[in-house]
Amino acid sequence: MILKKNAIAGTLESSDAQIIIEPSHNGIELFIRSTVMGQYGKQIRAMVLKTLERLGVENAKVTVVDKGALDCTIKARVECAVFRAAEIKENLPWGVRI
Amino acid sequence: MKNRLRRTMMFLNAHKASLVKDPYVYKPDSIIFDLEDAVAENQKDSARIALYNALKSIDYKGIELVVRINGLDTPHFKEDIRAAVAGGIHTVRVPKTESPEDIFTAEKEIEKAEQEFGVEVGKTLMMGAIETPLGVIKAYDIAKSSQRLMGISFGAGDFVRTMRTTRSQEGLELLAARTQVVLAARAAGIMCFDTVYTDVDNIEGFINEVKLIKQLGFDGKSIINPKQIPIIHQIFAPTQAEIRAAEKSIRTINEYAKDGIGVFTVDGQMLDIAMLEGAKRMIELAKASGIYEGDL
Amino acid sequence: MINKVGRNIPDELLVNGVEVFQGEYHFHNKEYTKASPTVRAFVAPGQDKLVSSLKEAIEKCGLEDGMTISFHHHFRDGDYIVNMVVETIAAMGIKDITICASSVGSAHDPIVKHMESGVITGLSTSGIRGKIGEAVSKGLLRKVAFIRSHGGRVRAIESGDIHIDVAFIGAPSSDVYGNARGKGGKSDCGVLSYSVVDAKYADKVVIITDCLVEFPNFPPSIQQVDVDYVVKVDEIGDPKKIASSILRFTEDPRELIIAEAAAQVLVNTPYFKDGFSFQTGGGGPSLAVTRFLRPYMEKQDIKMGFAIGGITKPMLDLLNDGLIRTILDAQDFDLASVESVNSHPRHFEISTSQYANPFNKGSFVNNLDFGILAALEIDTDFNVNVVTGSDDGILRGAPGGHVDIAAGSKCTILVAPLLRTRIPTIREKVTTITTPGESVDVVVTEVGIAINPKRQDLMDALQNVKLLVPLRTIEDLKNEAYALAGAPEEIEFEDQVVALVEYRDGTIIDVVRKIK
Repeated sequence: MILKKNAIAGTLESSDAQIIIEPSHNGIELFIRSTVMGQYGKQIRAMVLKTLERLGVENAKVTVVDKGALDCTIKARVECAVFRAAEIKENLPWGVRI
Repeated sequence: MKNRLRRTMMFLNAHKASLVKDPYVYKPDSIIFDLEDAVAENQKDSARIALYNALKSIDYKGIELVVRINGLDTPHFKEDIRAAVAGGIHTVRVPKTESPEDIFTAEKEIEKAEQEFGVEVGKTLMMGAIETPLGVIKAYDIAKSSQRLMGISFGAGDFVRTMRTTRSQEGLELLAARTQVVLAARAAGIMCFDTVYTDVDNIEGFINEVKLIKQLGFDGKSIINPKQIPIIHQIFAPTQAEIRAAEKSIRTINEYAKDGIGVFTVDGQMLDIAMLEGAKRMIELAKASGIYEGDL
Repeated sequence: MINKVGRNIPDELLVNGVEVFQGEYHFHNKEYTKASPTVRAFVAPGQDKLVSSLKEAIEKCGLEDGMTISFHHHFRDGDYIVNMVVETIAAMGIKDITICASSVGSAHDPIVKHMESGVITGLSTSGIRGKIGEAVSKGLLRKVAFIRSHGGRVRAIESGDIHIDVAFIGAPSSDVYGNARGKGGKSDCGVLSYSVVDAKYADKVVIITDCLVEFPNFPPSIQQVDVDYVVKVDEIGDPKKIASSILRFTEDPRELIIAEAAAQVLVNTPYFKDGFSFQTGGGGPSLAVTRFLRPYMEKQDIKMGFAIGGITKPMLDLLNDGLIRTILDAQDFDLASVESVNSHPRHFEISTSQYANPFNKGSFVNNLDFGILAALEIDTDFNVNVVTGSDDGILRGAPGGHVDIAAGSKCTILVAPLLRTRIPTIREKVTTITTPGESVDVVVTEVGIAINPKRQDLMDALQNVKLLVPLRTIEDLKNEAYALAGAPEEIEFEDQVVALVEYRDGTIIDVVRKIK
């Protein structure tokens, strides 16, 4: 997956997560801030990395501001940010890479 | 499942994370994930991805899952259908349907998506939302246009403006449209649903409208706030008298049926086997309302 | 040493007679001699107790380094008293003071700097929120703090575990001789229940008021015979935050489901009969439940014998409609309740001791049928945490009357949502135990109701009832929470103990450690 531009997805509302993706050349750099860091910090990190891997993103600077989102919401916001960054709007790989 | 209880169909914004995670606690009969009016134009992609992920990871406890796709005149609806079908949606709700062609257009994309994503072809149901005068006029043609259609709904949102009138408490301006939709649905043998009531704090007004549409013959109503749900369920619940009458009908019909008799008179009323289904539906409704205490 | 709820209490804390928690009623029938204050005889007539300033009062009380001062929290977030007194003490160069408050909150954030500088080195409180909670969790208080329930505070004072040198009692009205009331001023709070024990057991008692009234200010919540000095200040607090004008019933559909289910549980227990008693609080949960209780009471012609606790208008409505016979008031949350207490013939002020002290000859919680309580966390043994935050372990809650009500009432019902955003309320293990599982009978969430297995009688009573949400095991509820949110990691703490959670009987039920 080639990322062409910076992109943002999600909101700062309760139960949501805001993901900012910037294309880079240094592998994956991940920064997480969360209202549930103590209890779910590890899980959030794992979910973001897993989602990026599945999408085939190998280089990106990713910033997560989480407000207690469930795994499926984090995954959805990461995917949305990635497709926006890659400028892919249709024929998404549902069930394959998503 | 084409025939099921659909007294309450709760709309929720598919993009809003806090709403999609456990709407089942409010116990609506159906949940409508909205990709259309509730979602901002620049968030359509996000809502779609959120919908797919929600469908794949959350257990909605047997509630029917519906998606309201974007209009057929937008660039979004095809991808909406792909995402929803891939996610395993039960029913696709097509907004602003005005003709059988609208249904065919959506159906074509649904079939393509079913094939692409390994869903049994024909499994995904549809419903047509009728929101314009032309749609009302064409309601019967729409209603019988596809085997996938489980029902049609009437949406008053813009309708009243197009009709050049205003919304009133008694709803006279909507009467013809509502009745037409019910007639069309019944003639085509499918279900029908009424429009949302947006004045969430006006409980009395809401109760009056629900009683009206029940009397008109609607199977259910779209809702936008969980507190509307118990009100509808209560009003749609059969009375104890109705339940007893239904029980009696079922028992007597079955008994006579054993002897090969299809029509007979009980308590001065004519009963025939065709009434069995209505009586059974009454009992099912009673059970779903939590008030059935018999043994049928 | 491991106590009865499985928490490890460091042995070095178990000195001077301090024991670990051994059960709700472990000390039933214990005999002890109460502590007593050293008091000054005011024999000569013709003088009053008015002093010109807070500073003068503190000087005359002989406050010295190392002493203990006390406060009530009837003014809640509108309180000015604690900050005022602590500032004055600091300016006078006094230090190493212990505060024995019935509760502290974010209104008292300003005293954190005095904690850091050593003016305030010890704290005993129920509620501990805001910056004070954070400071204690970070280890900024020199001595280990004590978290006590309302009943437990009274017990500790009466048995001498704490000795109060100077009690500072904020009063909406007072006369020059020290008769103080929760009414009659410009920032009324209704009652002064928390301070009654302070007035009786402190060596010196100072009334701080912003409204001096004609002598005698009767009927007094605090009596002149216990008061040393009276100080008039400009403002004792912010009236808007002391008593709200209207407390609303919640409209949140999820909270309503929980409240309705809790009411259903309540009315199907054998204790729901004419004359039943009910504890109420200022929070949403119990208030919402009363809304659903009413139709059952009217239909079955069942009236409440008494309601007790923090009072709000909805309870007054029930009283005025003849559905409650007596209200026993330990705190007022709104203006309507402030107005009603001590003027309505069946609305009475009681002291915190009468309400919840476990070591007197029988407090009102022992006569309670139902208690509806909230919870931050509940574990699969029904133990409850109401004092530390789930995600960071920081002190930000209050046992309040939770522990006392749970111990006393015949049917303790906890109401809580299954998750709060991502955080499971029902979990394997709670961060801190304030209320032991043996006190908790029922847990009501929006997806199910769990009954404590030791209450087979309640299980039998509810087995065949049609409930809004189904009966499930607490394990099952926990599993559902974890399925949705994922299993939470346990937060890590340092070894250092920053606060002791003292059970109402003086034993240690848990400890709070410094955050990392």
